[in-house]
Amino acid sequence: MPAIEMTNAAPLPADWRDLVALTKPRVMSLVVFTGLCGWLAAPALPPLVLGFTAILCIALAAGACGALNQWYEVDVDARMRRTAKRPLPAGRMERQTALHFGVGLGVFSVLLMGLAANWLAAGLLAASILFYVLIYTIWLKPRTAQNIVIGGAAGAFPPLVGWVAATGHFAPLPLMLFAIIFLWTPPHFWALSLFVRSDYAAAGIPMLPVVAGVPNTRRQIFLYSLPMAAAAVAPWPLGLTGRVYGLSAAILSLVFVALAARVLANRATEPAAMAPEKKLFAYSVFYLFALFTVLVVDRWLPQ
Amino acid sequence: MTPEEEVIRRQRERARITAWLLGGFVVLLFFITIAKTGINW
Repeated sequence: MPAIEMTNAAPLPADWRDLVALTKPRVMSLVVFTGLCGWLAAPALPPLVLGFTAILCIALAAGACGALNQWYEVDVDARMRRTAKRPLPAGRMERQTALHFGVGLGVFSVLLMGLAANWLAAGLLAASILFYVLIYTIWLKPRTAQNIVIGGAAGAFPPLVGWVAATGHFAPLPLMLFAIIFLWTPPHFWALSLFVRSDYAAAGIPMLPVVAGVPNTRRQIFLYSLPMAAAAVAPWPLGLTGRVYGLSAAILSLVFVALAARVLANRATEPAAMAPEKKLFAYSVFYLFALFTVLVVDRWLPQ
Repeated sequence: MTPEEEVIRRQRERARITAWLLGGFVVLLFFITIAKTGINW
């Protein structure tokens, strides 16, 4: 049937830009980067095209998570200023389209990973999508203030998937990388949630600052930054990396802990006076990029 | 632009992008096959 015969009442097909927005491209960039570093840190690298495909699969899986997250949280997104302009709450796309797009992207990424790399990596990728959507988005996020702590595991999968895609097996180093991102996630997200907590409160999301209060959240941020710093430096004394990584990780982590201490010392409750929290949030993104960059540099430096 | 024209414009735009993506996927599958079978050029 020609499209011209459609009635005016029929909804517009989603614009491709809205489909791209559904994948949360900014979140995807960090996921792709850590996945790529996991691949590049592996001891032996398969052909480049397989690496490219593995990273593409990680990106598509992250996109699937973003789409399914927005499909499920459309009501919540509509109540938060930060997310109200997304394609679904803004009414630019049908909810069903987001569901089909997310499921399609997820299934495709897992199958392609299995064909191009190996089925262990594909299984891990599938597990990460299911963990993010079922355990984090649907189960934990609306129910407990510890949502980020356990849900952080979903974001910790990419370097592990990248490594397993390259080697076909687990090893201590990618498990350490998993631990680093797992422990990095709570201080990173709680720093953000401190200065946008009114948004979370309005949406009924039980983020830690909403449930446990601002001072308690600041204490938790500082406490989590300590094991995170220890996990970041640990690959060096364990003999998994060289001293370039070890010293860089120590300096980067020291700055992280210092910024977390400034957050702990801050007494302000208004977002406008939360400069230390904003600084820690911005630095936490830089920290992860820098840490994984030096990991790869260290791996490729002549020993 | 009438709503009908907008629908057609979006459908065409998405069809064009889908075609490019499918084309890219075919090329990618070709190179994956080459890499997996270990053929040297």
